[in-house]
Amino acid sequence: MNSQLKYELFEKMVKEFTENEVKPLAHELDETERFPAETVAKMAEIGLLGINVPKQYGGAGGDMRMYIKAVEIISKACATTGVVLSAHTSLCVTPILEYGTEEQKQKYVPKLASGEWLGAFGLTEPNAGTDAKNQQSIAVDMGDHYVLNGTKIFITNGGKANVYVIFAMTDKSLGLKGITAFIVEATTPGFSIGKKELKMGIRGSSTTELIFENMIIPKSQVLGRVGEGYKIAMKTLDGGRIGIAAQALGIAEGALEETVKYVKERKQFGMPIAKQQNTQFVLADLATKVEAAKMLVYAAADAKQAKDPTLSVKAAMAKLYASETAMEVTNKAVQLHGGYGYTREYPVERMMRDAKITEIYEGTSEVQRMVIAGALLR
Amino acid sequence: MSKNILIIAEQRCDRVQNVTFELIGIAKELAKVNGAEVEVLLMGHNIAGQVSDVVGYGADRVILVDDPCLASYLTEPYAQAATEVIRERTPGVVLVGASSIGRDLAPRVAARLNTGLTADCTKLAMNEDGTLEMTRPAFGGNLFATIVCPDHRPQMSTVRPGVMKKCDFDASRSAEVVHKEIAFAPQKIRLVEEVKVCSVVDSIEDAKILVACGRGVGNPTSIEQAKNLANELGGTYCSSRALVDACVIESCRQVGQTGKTVRPECYVAFGISGAVQHLAGMEDSDYIIAVNKDENASIFNVSDLGIVSDANKVLPLLREEIEKLSRA
Amino acid sequence: MEIIVCLKQVPNTTEIKIDPVTNTLKRDGVESIINPDDKTGLEVALQLKEQFGARVTVLSMGPQQAEKALGEALAMGADHAILLTDRAFAGADTLATSKTIAAAIKGMPYDLIIAGRQAIDGDTAQVGPEIAEHLDLPQISYACEVGYNADTKVFTVKRQFEDGYQILEVEGPCLLTVLSTACKPRYMRVKGLVDLDNKEVQILRRSDLVIEDEVLGLKGSPTKVKQTFNKQYNTNKQKLVLDPAEAAKLIAATLKDKHLI
Repeated sequence: MNSQLKYELFEKMVKEFTENEVKPLAHELDETERFPAETVAKMAEIGLLGINVPKQYGGAGGDMRMYIKAVEIISKACATTGVVLSAHTSLCVTPILEYGTEEQKQKYVPKLASGEWLGAFGLTEPNAGTDAKNQQSIAVDMGDHYVLNGTKIFITNGGKANVYVIFAMTDKSLGLKGITAFIVEATTPGFSIGKKELKMGIRGSSTTELIFENMIIPKSQVLGRVGEGYKIAMKTLDGGRIGIAAQALGIAEGALEETVKYVKERKQFGMPIAKQQNTQFVLADLATKVEAAKMLVYAAADAKQAKDPTLSVKAAMAKLYASETAMEVTNKAVQLHGGYGYTREYPVERMMRDAKITEIYEGTSEVQRMVIAGALLR
Repeated sequence: MSKNILIIAEQRCDRVQNVTFELIGIAKELAKVNGAEVEVLLMGHNIAGQVSDVVGYGADRVILVDDPCLASYLTEPYAQAATEVIRERTPGVVLVGASSIGRDLAPRVAARLNTGLTADCTKLAMNEDGTLEMTRPAFGGNLFATIVCPDHRPQMSTVRPGVMKKCDFDASRSAEVVHKEIAFAPQKIRLVEEVKVCSVVDSIEDAKILVACGRGVGNPTSIEQAKNLANELGGTYCSSRALVDACVIESCRQVGQTGKTVRPECYVAFGISGAVQHLAGMEDSDYIIAVNKDENASIFNVSDLGIVSDANKVLPLLREEIEKLSRA
Repeated sequence: MEIIVCLKQVPNTTEIKIDPVTNTLKRDGVESIINPDDKTGLEVALQLKEQFGARVTVLSMGPQQAEKALGEALAMGADHAILLTDRAFAGADTLATSKTIAAAIKGMPYDLIIAGRQAIDGDTAQVGPEIAEHLDLPQISYACEVGYNADTKVFTVKRQFEDGYQILEVEGPCLLTVLSTACKPRYMRVKGLVDLDNKEVQILRRSDLVIEDEVLGLKGSPTKVKQTFNKQYNTNKQKLVLDPAEAAKLIAATLKDKHLI
């Protein structure tokens, strides 16, 4: 059949799913800081946890456009649920698919794609945020295995994931080239979950510390080559940023939609505030920015699909612009809602808190500017 | 071919159903135009006692098929009996109640007779030449269509219960009763179990006053208050589809296109937005009061008194007001 | 087991609004959906497929655009899709429609035919039973639970009435019409959507059917639409914005006026 129909029906499906299964929970997940395990199970059943995974590894065989659209639509109603999907797909399934051995792919990807297992990614440490080379997690080569010690923080899906892609120093003297990536199962002895973060936004998403104590990691768990970890992390984040950009885009669209509805209902001075030119001009600017963000996000998704060498810059631009747009749109959405917008009765309050993280995680806006400027001034 | 009107009666729980009497009522009206007779086909087992009811409500002739094969409603034996009777009597018009049974039976019979069938009519008009104009809602009640069946006989229609008026019962009437024997074919469907809920407690179609709740009356307290209010007013309660889907109100109390048609003296709607499907089931009520927060709610298009206010807050206060006035 | 599911693409009538100024239907932008009862019918078929193994064919009659509804059915898990589309079929009433569909089904293998109880655009509930009649099949309408015994090949069906229910047994081939309350239809599967790239809807035209011209389309329809009109609304009405206390007073006074209290 005409492949346009596939995209059209995919959108219809994700919208229905979001309307029925995601939206009704968004408020409660935020209020109670509860991880939406039941929604993850439902996403798994439909195949949303393996959208762009090739069929031979148990995925649906779809593409980046479908995956990105799913993150966008789901995040429009609930950014928490959106990031569960994005972190799982972009930060765990994708690096295993791209850098894993055939054996690793056979072992992990089908279970991740089917949703039997959930995935996560661990790079950040207390002293290694943007400055990733300062890794203090250490994996010592013991001949036929490594012994891993250290901690990771701010790990999305932490404590909920079964499989983690973890970065650790294997040779401190080599600096960035001394970092190696590992596939780590949550059941490995010595693996534990530390502090659960209490966050401003995406409060249903599980963000935790990971603690590694004398964990024995067989050499078969090395992802890519020894010393290739930093490159894998950066390439993985290039893809991840498109997911976060889609999440930000979704939040912005959601806030805009809520606001358009509200300004038509809310009356002041005897008429809906939608009749005020201020309202109209603000909304016009916001809608234009959302549309521009959308173009950047989709272009980055297409670049990732096409293995475009300029992906890093495109992904950075998409994330930079979409996340700052999300922040601006949600901020002005709250403003247009007035006092009601500041209460937790209206979703724009949650959306504004959720939007902020998109300017921070998987590379802050400053990092995105560094990436873009670095490419310009090379 | 005759020009008579044949009504397929519906009997359940040893009682001829109201819709049958309503059909006799409209058929008598239609028959005045072209001098037709109104015949009623009564099918079942041990149902001779029900003949007097259809006669009292105006049947000119009753065709009785009384057979153990018809003890419970099953499509095939009923369709076979109805088809054979229609072929023999050759009526110009066949009317069936648009109940579950009627809507199952009528298409099977119409297809076997190779004739047209108009579903769920809300208005019927007879022309002098014997052609019937059948009006029915479509698109969930947004649109009405008048359908004719010019070249095929009989002209068949199922008619929505609660819409037509029955005649006054007259116990002194008499009519010819024709007994018809049918040689039933072997059955392919076996009835294993049948459960009937024959009680007819406060049916919403018969209520003089209805208190209706919709999605806007979200909490159990408000629904309880609405039920009490209905009780105090001597009426009963009903709802839009939303609350039936949410399993808050029983499905037999659903008003609308996929529920029941009602026309009480007064319909008080709380928190009902007024989807056309709902309006189709209640807009013929004599007087409609609607309370809804959304001033653009479609329910206000049909209400005589529309009040933009929060139904959940109005309900408890209304009870006090009514107590005051009834004491006064 | 071979199952045929009849489904219709319909406008989502719950979205249709009346333009209060012109008093006409606002149909623009109203999406087309799979008729809800039919979608439930497909879910019943897919559940039978999962439990007992079956090939599920979805069949629709309508314009070319109905391919979209069939694509959705394939993405939910149907194995094969057929669209009956031809100018000769246009304008068909329920009798002509059921004859056309029955003619298409006649040449196909089937143990079970499932249709929705009724379509939300026409609400006739006639096409299913009429197809059964043309194919000389037993029918069970208003099915809300469907069981199957693979050893005896007997279907056990719970049939819902207003005032109770029946449990019925029947051997295939037979036709069921299903209520939308029977079960909740699944979402399309991502894999099913991706696989649409390699699937085609089989198109059946007039020339593919063995049937007389006289029974097709408008010409073959005994019923004719004489006239359509929109609903007229009451214009002598009052609408007031009131606080709850005023509202309660006014309603009570109105009921008193009408001698209802």
